[in-house]
Amino acid sequence: MIAPALQNEFARVVGAENLFNDASDLLTYSYDAALLPAQSPGLALRPPTLEALGRVVALCNAEGLPLTVRGAGTNLSGGVIPEGDGVVVVTTGLNRILEINPADMYAVVEPGVINERFHDTAMAQGLFYPPDPGSQAVSTLGGNVAENSGGLRGLKYGVTRDYVMGLSFFDTQGQLVKTGSRTVKCATGYNLAGLMVGSEGTLGVFGEIILKLIPPPSASRAMLAVYDRVEAASQTVAEIIAARIVPATLEFLDNFTIRTVEDFSGAGLPVQAAALLLIEVDGHPAQVAEEAARVEEICRAQGASQVRPAKDAAERDRIWTARRSAIPALARLKPSVVLEDATVPRSQVPALVRFIQELASRHGLTIGTFGHAGDGNLHPTIVFDKRDAKQFAQVRQAVEELFDKALELGGTLSGEHGLGLTKTRFLTKEVGPATLAWSRRLKRALDPKGILNPGKIVAEA
Amino acid sequence: MAGVAQLARLLGELEEQLLTCMRCGFCQSVCPLYSETGHEADVARGKLALLDGLAAEILKGPHAVQQRLERCLLCGSCAANCPSGVKVLDIFLKARAILSGYLGLSPAKKLVFRQLLARPALFNKLLAMAPRFERVLARPMDDLLDTSCARFFPPLGERHFKRLARVPLNRTLPELNTDPGASGIRVGFFVGCLIDKLYPSVGQASLKALAHHGVGVNMPASQACCGIPALSAGDSATFTKLLAHNLARFDPDKIDYLLTACATCASTMAKMWPLMCGELDAAGQARVQALAAKTRDVGQFLVEAGLVRGEAPAPREGAKPVTYHDPCHLKKSLDVFAEPRRLIAANPGWRLVEMVENDWCCGLGGSFSLQHYDMSKQIGARKREHIIETGARAVATCCPACMLQISDMLSQAGDHIAVKHAIEIYAESL
Repeated sequence: MIAPALQNEFARVVGAENLFNDASDLLTYSYDAALLPAQSPGLALRPPTLEALGRVVALCNAEGLPLTVRGAGTNLSGGVIPEGDGVVVVTTGLNRILEINPADMYAVVEPGVINERFHDTAMAQGLFYPPDPGSQAVSTLGGNVAENSGGLRGLKYGVTRDYVMGLSFFDTQGQLVKTGSRTVKCATGYNLAGLMVGSEGTLGVFGEIILKLIPPPSASRAMLAVYDRVEAASQTVAEIIAARIVPATLEFLDNFTIRTVEDFSGAGLPVQAAALLLIEVDGHPAQVAEEAARVEEICRAQGASQVRPAKDAAERDRIWTARRSAIPALARLKPSVVLEDATVPRSQVPALVRFIQELASRHGLTIGTFGHAGDGNLHPTIVFDKRDAKQFAQVRQAVEELFDKALELGGTLSGEHGLGLTKTRFLTKEVGPATLAWSRRLKRALDPKGILNPGKIVAEA
Repeated sequence: MAGVAQLARLLGELEEQLLTCMRCGFCQSVCPLYSETGHEADVARGKLALLDGLAAEILKGPHAVQQRLERCLLCGSCAANCPSGVKVLDIFLKARAILSGYLGLSPAKKLVFRQLLARPALFNKLLAMAPRFERVLARPMDDLLDTSCARFFPPLGERHFKRLARVPLNRTLPELNTDPGASGIRVGFFVGCLIDKLYPSVGQASLKALAHHGVGVNMPASQACCGIPALSAGDSATFTKLLAHNLARFDPDKIDYLLTACATCASTMAKMWPLMCGELDAAGQARVQALAAKTRDVGQFLVEAGLVRGEAPAPREGAKPVTYHDPCHLKKSLDVFAEPRRLIAANPGWRLVEMVENDWCCGLGGSFSLQHYDMSKQIGARKREHIIETGARAVATCCPACMLQISDMLSQAGDHIAVKHAIEIYAESL
């Protein structure tokens, strides 16, 4: 319970209409998209301006109140599940695109701007913002930066990190810290923006974000390749890269996912196939034509039983609908879904896929695997019923084994979802005790009272 | 009032359906209300979490949950776009019924639903008298839209509301029974309150088109409301009464289709009647199922039955631009969106210009607009902007409720753009 006098002070900062203290409203800020126990905060605030946001941070720090910043709440790792006595700060009121600069190809945004709206607005001015996390229709750029979100275009265009030119953030005193610049080059001071990307709200609270924009490709071509063996699909990926072709997207679907998507949408997918690759090359029309032909050749040479190039926009849409249907189709099988994002070097994709299949049969679990084969970022998706405690325990066990395997294969715990609450305790496994200790010293120095999104990434046990 | 534990037990019947929400939050991208407020309790995911909380007895305040559940247009955009296929509207309507049953209906709603809506004869009589007083109470605002604004004060406030028809359809044409002509098809025609009392011309246009195509029409006298206002308020008793009243008037064995020109009625009859008819006996339920399966929007029927067929004529030189608004209850609930456009294209005097976000909710949401007019108006303003951008001289749609809202928005802004039903545009061409 946060004292009424303090609540009044918050209300003066953000406006009474932007303060939520009813148990019902607070319950709606108790969860994200991760399958974790919900935890209502003590208070939720929706600052209408960055200035109000800064004052909220300072006030929380003065009072020692835990503060969790929340955008759309689409995290898959519990990153916005708050502390029970803490404050949730919702950024949906900070949704202004402050500048789009076509001459210098950058944009300045507030943290609550929705990814897709930003993408579309930039595109209308002939500029391209590539990071496209699966949640892009709803997730905010502030959240994307805090999680270093990836997406389908990661292989060729990189992830959110590659587009953050600079940003400002409030330190725990509510002071505005600025880092980076509107210029392509910037060698001034520490690269604090680099530190803030992926910091999951534990080091500072974002104000304005400067994002890089690029010219959009003028042409693209998509195709679907069918394989009897996962290894052949993976070898295709390796050969495409070896041929110095970098497709914009290179997506993988395993047999279980193919069958589930086909049952769901009847899109005409080959249900016998061990794997599908969905490939799209983009760029200048002449280059696209050449690369598409070369990729098709490689697919066949690597033993694809079928290669179906999209002849027109409608066929291209059909190919991508199959990919987009993966989560909805799998989600409808069972009530509960755990979507993982363990990532391995792309040459290890077949080993990881084999391991996941073995994991599923050993634990008697239903797992569909699909994802970004080009960058080794797979999404093993476990569907089950969380009311079955025994099964839930088995899911947790399987996930832990999956992490171990990903590390054994030279990979990482999380490609794009972040550690949040779910993976924090596994961090040492990947980076070792010295890294954790250093990270904790950093956290303590920047946030002595430990108010910034406690429990995430470097939680003190 | 019984304990919260009992309420939790009642909500328990929704558990299986509630469980299917995986909290992905994708409903945020299509929710017209959340889009304005950015507040999680306004979007489906938040409301489903609230019902979960109530069922699990984490929340002890059913009133607070009920208030938040009522902040919803019931447009179904969330359900239509849900990756997990959560039946959001089914859950919300059942939850509203459970909560209203538990907390009781407000006296105002009780009066309106039980004393007025549930008694179609009285309802018709009272409203037939109303236009005589309307001129005294309201001043005309826009001739093209036939709107007016209250001369004095609330409940309607600043709203520019469509004037009541001088004579409702139930007076001009109390009933109709014609035999099938060339088409060999006989349909039942469900009028709906808004068409009867505000837009009888839409009813007339529908009947004209059906007659033109040689379709036999059975339009029984004394039809009642489809029941959606009662369902939205969680008043199951009134809903069941209205349903039984209408069931007695339409015999599924004697008609090939049951038509209406109101998207909301169509969606209620096709989807909600079967879902919420549990209080009827087995024979009644079977009759509901049969009627629901035969329910069509009038334009959908004309196209589906092959009566409007072939290539549409090219628009005439100087054809006037018209834009089309997809009613939520037609597109998102019944997946009907091509047929109305085909009807418009059949009239070469008009040229269809699509607006952006043509299926974004207009913001009316029935009683939502009465309880949250500011929010309704804010959502409506977005629709109005998109209409204006097209440069259209008229907006067509297929729902009298949307027509009401869009007229209000255009009239208040002084835009002087006509609002029509797609079937009116089609009927003009016959």
